[in-house]
Amino acid sequence: MIVAAVSSGWYLSLAAVLFALGSAGVMLRRNPLVMFMCVELMLNAVNLTFVTFARELDDVGGQVVVFFVLVVAAAEVVVGLGIIVSILRRRPLATADDASLLRG
Amino acid sequence: MVEVVVFAVAAVVILGGAVGVIVNRNPVHAALSLVATLFGIAVLFVAQEANFLAAVQVIVYAGAIVVLFLFVIMLLGVDLSEDLDTEPLVGQRPAAIAIGVLIGAGLVAVVVTSAVTGVPAASQRWVRDGDDVAQIGRLLFTDYLFAFEITSLLLVIAVVGAVLLARTRPGEQVDADEIVPTLPGDHLDDDEAADSEAGSTS
Repeated sequence: MIVAAVSSGWYLSLAAVLFALGSAGVMLRRNPLVMFMCVELMLNAVNLTFVTFARELDDVGGQVVVFFVLVVAAAEVVVGLGIIVSILRRRPLATADDASLLRG
Repeated sequence: MVEVVVFAVAAVVILGGAVGVIVNRNPVHAALSLVATLFGIAVLFVAQEANFLAAVQVIVYAGAIVVLFLFVIMLLGVDLSEDLDTEPLVGQRPAAIAIGVLIGAGLVAVVVTSAVTGVPAASQRWVRDGDDVAQIGRLLFTDYLFAFEITSLLLVIAVVGAVLLARTRPGEQVDADEIVPTLPGDHLDDDEAADSEAGSTS
C-alpha cells in the first residue's frame, strides 16, 4: 500500500500505540523514576492527538490545550520528583512496592 | 511524499524510544530513550505546522523535564541497573502486557473505524499562513484566560510543594550514603533499624 499523504488517522494511530506503550510501562516497571517517564510518554501521546485534531479541524484551541498539558506536566514532574527524592533519600533502591504506606 | 518519509522516520524514533524507556534496566538509558521519543514528537508537531509547540516541546520537555530526571537520578545515585529478571508479583508481566495490547488495539480500532467529526469554534479558526504564536497567544488571553490564570496558581503551588518536600528537617540525615543500602526486597523493619542507627551516630 503506497500512501501519498499522511492522513490524520496515521498520527492518531501512532499516538494510540504510544499511549499503550506508556501505560504498559507504568504497569511493568517498579522503579518510580521509570514509571514517571512512562507517564510522560502517555502525556506526549495525548499532546500528539490534540495537535492532530487541531490540524484536522482547523482549530487553534487544540494547540492551546497542548500548552496547558505542558504546564501541568512540568508541575507534576516537579512535585512527583520531590516526593521520589524524599522517599529514596530515606530508602535507597526503593521500588514502588516499598512505598505502600503514607509515611516516611 | 516528503511527509510520508518524515512520518515514518519520526514514528520509528518515537516507538523505539518508548520501547527503550520500558526495557532499559538503567534509568539513565531510559531517560535518554525518552529524549528520542520527545524529539520525534516535536518533529511530528512541525510536520503538522505547530511550530511554536514543537519549540516549546524541545525546550520544556527535552530541555527541562528530562534534565530534571537526570539530575534526580544522579543526585540520588540510583543509576544502578534494575533486576528485571525476577518477577515480583506472579503474573504481573503477562497481565500488564495483555492490558497494554488491549488498550492499544482498542484505541487503534476506534481511530480506524471512526471519522473526525465536530466543528471548530468560530473564534478559534486556525489561519495557516499566519503567525501561530500570535494566534495561540490571542486565544490564551481571551477564551482561555481563566484556565491560564489557574495555571499560574498551579505553578506557585507546585513550587511551594517541591520546596516543602525537598526541605530537610533539623536532625534529619541529608545524604543517602549515610544509610546502609537496603535491597529492594527489604521491608520497613530493616529500614527503621538502619534509620535509628544512623540517627544515633549523628
